[in-house]
Amino acid sequence: MSAEVAYQKVFGYPESLKPAQTHYCPGCGHSIAHRLVAECLDELGMREKTIGVPPVGCAVLAYNYFNFDMVEAPHGRALAVATGIKRVHPDKLVLTYQGDGDLAAIGTAETIHAANRGEKITTIFINNAIYGMTGGQMAPTTTLGQVATTAPGGREPERHGRPIDISRMLAVSDGTVYIERCSLTSVKNIRKAKKAIMKAFRAQLDGLGFTLVELLSPCPTNWKMTPKAAWEWIDTEMVKTYPLGVIKDNTGYEDKK
Amino acid sequence: MPAKGKIVIDRERCKGCHLCLVVCPTNSIEVDSQLNKKGYSPARFKENPTEGEKGCTGCTSCAVVCPEVAIEVYRAK
Amino acid sequence: MPSEKMLMRGSNVVGEAAVRAGCRYYFGYPITPQNELPEYLSWRLPEVGGTFIQAESEIASINMVMGAAAAGARVMTSSSSPGIALKQEGISYMAGQELPCVVANMMRGGPGLGNIAPSAADYFQATRGGGNGDYRTPTLAPAGGQELAEMVFVAFDLADTYRTPVMLLGDGLMGQVMEPVVFPDPIDPASLPQKDYILDGCEGRDPRAIYSLILDPPALMEHNLKLQAKYDLIAEKEVRYDTVELDDAEIIVVAYGTAARIAEEAVHELRAQGHAAGIFRPITLWPYPKQQLRELARDGRKVAVFELSLGQMVEDVILSVGERAPIYFYGVPGGVIPTPADVTDFLHSALADDGKVGRRIEV
Repeated sequence: MSAEVAYQKVFGYPESLKPAQTHYCPGCGHSIAHRLVAECLDELGMREKTIGVPPVGCAVLAYNYFNFDMVEAPHGRALAVATGIKRVHPDKLVLTYQGDGDLAAIGTAETIHAANRGEKITTIFINNAIYGMTGGQMAPTTTLGQVATTAPGGREPERHGRPIDISRMLAVSDGTVYIERCSLTSVKNIRKAKKAIMKAFRAQLDGLGFTLVELLSPCPTNWKMTPKAAWEWIDTEMVKTYPLGVIKDNTGYEDKK
Repeated sequence: MPAKGKIVIDRERCKGCHLCLVVCPTNSIEVDSQLNKKGYSPARFKENPTEGEKGCTGCTSCAVVCPEVAIEVYRAK
Repeated sequence: MPSEKMLMRGSNVVGEAAVRAGCRYYFGYPITPQNELPEYLSWRLPEVGGTFIQAESEIASINMVMGAAAAGARVMTSSSSPGIALKQEGISYMAGQELPCVVANMMRGGPGLGNIAPSAADYFQATRGGGNGDYRTPTLAPAGGQELAEMVFVAFDLADTYRTPVMLLGDGLMGQVMEPVVFPDPIDPASLPQKDYILDGCEGRDPRAIYSLILDPPALMEHNLKLQAKYDLIAEKEVRYDTVELDDAEIIVVAYGTAARIAEEAVHELRAQGHAAGIFRPITLWPYPKQQLRELARDGRKVAVFELSLGQMVEDVILSVGERAPIYFYGVPGGVIPTPADVTDFLHSALADDGKVGRRIEV
């Protein structure tokens, strides 16, 4: 029999996440994204100085999971609510956590203008190309040919318009300082996503301007796929419309290779 | 010789997405056929390494992809 | 100490009063006839270390108000009728979340885009919800000038005391007219009582969540009943109204805001002609001074309701008075401002019950 080995924990539960079990579906990207945000806040020591705004969407109950102050916003208005918070508490880390409908459909005006004003706020943008909470309707980011309950034959440009790339649109504005798109579809990609979130938070704390990390996120339930197949769909199909990588970086930070 | 790493899976938190199985480089995780309270088939850590494998290395890949934060990872000191 | 007497336009009075009441955050959007208010605050707030944002819409601004209120600040927004329509979502949310704020509406003609003339057709919008769900918005209707300044202070107090949005109703006329005003003692925001529900980072305490989403029906019912208890308390304690020469009145004019000032002239005219007329002027439109009006509607008196609308407050008069006294109504919509002589004619018509100006309300 083997001798006793002393082990040390190298991966544990982040303090910035409440112990509650989430209601998210098996394989949903939300849970991973929540954990990454929590890990970053833990590493920055900012949990007690963070105020967050959840979306209306599957993550509407995010305040049951995130272990910091949060206030609900009406659908799409998170960045306006966050603006009010940040102006009252400029020393706090203020973040919004929003889905594609919240950010780029109903909330488009609030998103563009908060970003354009250069509000020192970080948005975690969960892009799963579908409306999850309401049962799978077309989202502004649903890709061409992708099936949704309100585009049953698949998204067609003439009928439905093309998918919107809000991250690239925001990059045009001088108020945005760092925008990166990552995916939650492999160990490597998830680790990269965490680095991006960390950088975004750091840029906020350094007072540089508006930062956004877009996370291509699997929705196995509404895509009607297994979690593994959902990962593959992102890696092979979704990235054709939403290529991964840095969209804008005016932080001036040297990235460790 | 004991594996360099080990993991502890909270089987009641696990929702059976099995992404950890997909990413584990040493084939150290399997599906537990016994359902948990929510009706999922949770992932289960293979205490004894698979034939021909060196066992868990504590690489944390499983924990990194686990949506439920259901996995703790330990590495030998 | 109170300020010296100043000559100031109504919109600016609201802005100056807000600053003196300890408000350091304003988020709004231009719309006639209240643009002077955001313009005033755009330089006045930075003077006191406050924050002014001209937001991208009325929707964005009410949501900025929500954030600032959640963060613990005294905060206000303003707009005019169609812009207030856009704010209803935010107001309903803040009612459910129990967050305080002040919303000033300088009313204009409607419905829809209407016109920019001073109408008062947002009574229903202010007092009957406007947004979704069971909630009430304490609504103050100053009659201009000095009272406008005082009611701004009252509005912030009510908002903080009861954790609710509060509506301040003015109109385009009130916003433009310059009148002498003495402001109450200024309040230092740092001296305001600590709020135990606000978000400022969870150091040293458990994290807080502010929300109106309560999925479990019995739990949402409980929440609504809790709100109702609060509204009952406000109705019990915060009714405000004014009366003019009511003791021997044979006809009581019920009017608020600018309409009440026009009516006051008409009442003086009637007195000069030998008729005993008086005014009952609600200042809180919600809670409506129902009991007080009810008690006055007796002894063969007539009640004459005058509004700058097709008739909205008249429904609250009916609820208050019932069949205790005959009720007459004269309303002019569209921002047309009747003269005191027009109102005098209405009162004569009501006294004679001849239906020539205005009409008798069948209860």
